[in-house]
Amino acid sequence: MKNTSPLKWFASREGLYYLALALLLVVILPLALDPFRLNMVGKYLTYAFVAIGLVMCWGKAGILSLGQGVFFGLGGYCMAMFLKLEASTPEATAIQSTPGIPDFMDWNQLTELPWFWEPFHSFSFTLLAIVGVPVLLAFIIGFAMFTRRVGGVYFAIITQAIAAILTILIIGQQGYTGGVNGITDLQTLMGWDIRTDEAKTILYFVCVGLLFVCLFVARFVQNRKLGRILVAMNAQENRVRFSGYDVAAFKIFVFCLAAAFAGIGGALFTLIVGFMSPSFIGIVASIEMVIFCALGGRLSILGAVYGALLVNAAKSGFSESFPELWPFAMGALFIGVVLAFPNGLAGLYQTYVMPLEDRLFKRKPKAAVSAPAKPAPAARQDEGRDYDPMLDQYSPEKS
Amino acid sequence: MGTTTIAAGGRSHKSKGLRKSLATLAASIMLATSAQAATPATDEVNTTGLAVTDDTVKVGILHSITGTMAISEIGSVQAEKLAIEQINESGGVLGRQIEFVQEDGASDWPTFAEKSRKLLRQDNVAAIFGAWTSASRKAILPVIEQYNGMLYYPTFYEGLEQSPNVIYTGQEATQQILAGIDWAVKEKGAKTFYLLGSDYIWPRTSNKIARKHIDKLGLKVVGEEYYPLGHTQFNSVINKIKLKKPDVIFASVVGGSNVAFYKQMKAAGVDFTDEKPLLLTISVTEDEIRGIGGENVEGIYASMKYFQSLDNPNNEEFVAAFKEAWGDDMVIGDVTQAAYLGPWLWKMAVEKAGSFDIDKIREASPGIEFTKAPEGYVRIHENHHLWSKTRIGRAKTDGQYEVVYETDELMEPDPFPEGYQ
Repeated sequence: MKNTSPLKWFASREGLYYLALALLLVVILPLALDPFRLNMVGKYLTYAFVAIGLVMCWGKAGILSLGQGVFFGLGGYCMAMFLKLEASTPEATAIQSTPGIPDFMDWNQLTELPWFWEPFHSFSFTLLAIVGVPVLLAFIIGFAMFTRRVGGVYFAIITQAIAAILTILIIGQQGYTGGVNGITDLQTLMGWDIRTDEAKTILYFVCVGLLFVCLFVARFVQNRKLGRILVAMNAQENRVRFSGYDVAAFKIFVFCLAAAFAGIGGALFTLIVGFMSPSFIGIVASIEMVIFCALGGRLSILGAVYGALLVNAAKSGFSESFPELWPFAMGALFIGVVLAFPNGLAGLYQTYVMPLEDRLFKRKPKAAVSAPAKPAPAARQDEGRDYDPMLDQYSPEKS
Repeated sequence: MGTTTIAAGGRSHKSKGLRKSLATLAASIMLATSAQAATPATDEVNTTGLAVTDDTVKVGILHSITGTMAISEIGSVQAEKLAIEQINESGGVLGRQIEFVQEDGASDWPTFAEKSRKLLRQDNVAAIFGAWTSASRKAILPVIEQYNGMLYYPTFYEGLEQSPNVIYTGQEATQQILAGIDWAVKEKGAKTFYLLGSDYIWPRTSNKIARKHIDKLGLKVVGEEYYPLGHTQFNSVINKIKLKKPDVIFASVVGGSNVAFYKQMKAAGVDFTDEKPLLLTISVTEDEIRGIGGENVEGIYASMKYFQSLDNPNNEEFVAAFKEAWGDDMVIGDVTQAAYLGPWLWKMAVEKAGSFDIDKIREASPGIEFTKAPEGYVRIHENHHLWSKTRIGRAKTDGQYEVVYETDELMEPDPFPEGYQ
């Protein structure tokens, strides 16, 4: 990417931000934290996958989904089903009436494995399903909604309803899904004990690695023409449509992309935490995910990662220090951030820190690049590709 | 054991000044002398790196104090803190004062898992008193087993579990159900039953056991229904009940649904004091009645091991101490009492083992008797559950139960009941 010469200046600066994040996640945190805390950071990072998807889907394309927990949960359940089957060998479950099936099925008087559990004996199928199942559902929802031009608030409400429906379905069908308890007591992945400290540390690095893969995919999309169309669609959907683009197809694509990210995050969550339960799918969980994204800055994929990290770290920190009062502290944090910095941490960084950086490195605040003639506020234009100049032209709120 | 007053005890608590300072003085003198004489060295009683010092030992309390379960779990927290305070007052455990780290499970199962890991990994607690719902127990169980912790779990639950790292101070399902149904059959001549519950593992397992037992007695189940947690529309089932006219409604509806259920029963003209049908619940304790309203449940029967109104000297002391610590308007339900047993049973296990090591506590636990239990007397079974009596109470309008029956013998805990699976 460095060789695309007119963008070199931006790319190097943007590159530094990625490098800083990598440094933080790969070097600083593993050195500074013990395995227990590092495992918790790993858990927070799994939410960052969802937040990146939301930046693409909500921040860029203006499609607010209040049901990302559904895709997170589906990915997580796919992984959990595989792990649970591995844990439910006939020897390990000899005490049951029907050995060889997961324990909760036995409690619910099931005597054989339901058909849809069968394929999850295979690891490759599971890997496929972790991305495939959420994407398929996202495609069906997206196709049904976007081709009918359902959007905005209506779409948000429908995604929320889907989150509620899936939760009720999973809780109601406890013989097949583990019900409200979820799928618990997961021990090994292909014979590898995922509960040890070493395993948890390795899983953390796997998580960081995949996070960067997702970051680069998201970055790739947003920097192509595709990304521009998404942003344009957000601002002036009709103009994009009249220009001959199939708006619905683009929306379905970005919604599926966000679902895929969420699914991967969910699967990693299951591995890192060791179980999956319907509480990650429901409305509250889904809205929390939107908050991660809003707090980090809904236009910045890097901001989303920091948002997920900070909100969850604050949640753990507050609840450990003030077990009786922590929900108020969290509420105050959310309200404070939304009131004071509507563009989240990324917006804050952009307004206050970046000008400092400019002075520090003696950079001209206006390097004419992709939008040469536009007299935008210096700091904003400076932002790099996360803050595409397109966004300065059209405020996303207008959609 | 000094269970008479909860004044004093190292840390501050609301209590009367002079008596407190005197008692503290007395306790500290006793402690100082006994510490020199009898306190065993820390490296002898703690070989696995638990948070034990020469004069303190750290334990964890892990319940939901925020979220939907808080209303049920706070009673357990209070009981556990009371027990810890009383133990400290009477000299602590192996000469060490108990300090507790409290964490909030926030009615959220993953949070429970995270916090239990924190308690075991960061705080190195010697025991955890906590979890309430089956889901929260299932969430923390793998963590407790992995790091070899010891959990004292207070809630009556579905059984089908027997972890080496858990002491179950509540009843498993058969201890609540079998004697309750036998009582209804013998004393009330019940022939037909209608099973009704919330839709999750505990009511389903309980009703499975109830159904098998009813079948064995040669009697009949005329209906079985489940409703999602939080369900509030019971009109259809009330109509079905009116149609089928069972002798007994066997109810295991939990949480907020109870409020709707009992109010709607009353509105539909069912007067429980007529006992036509008789309602026998295994899920409504004094705590729940506070939410439902005593006038709505008057005349229902509950099958539990403990009621606040139990008439014995242990319970009198316990109720008085609980109210002094937490306020006169507090009520004490079955689970709250079971939670109170946890710290005491742990203390006795530690002292019997002469060590805080989890493996030694596990070995020492079976056979431990607690004669000062508010419910009367309990003993730990080989399978880590408690021998307890089953009692039937009849609800009064003031929200208390009047005990009408108790089993002569202690009921043996049987988490994997043969013939009931």
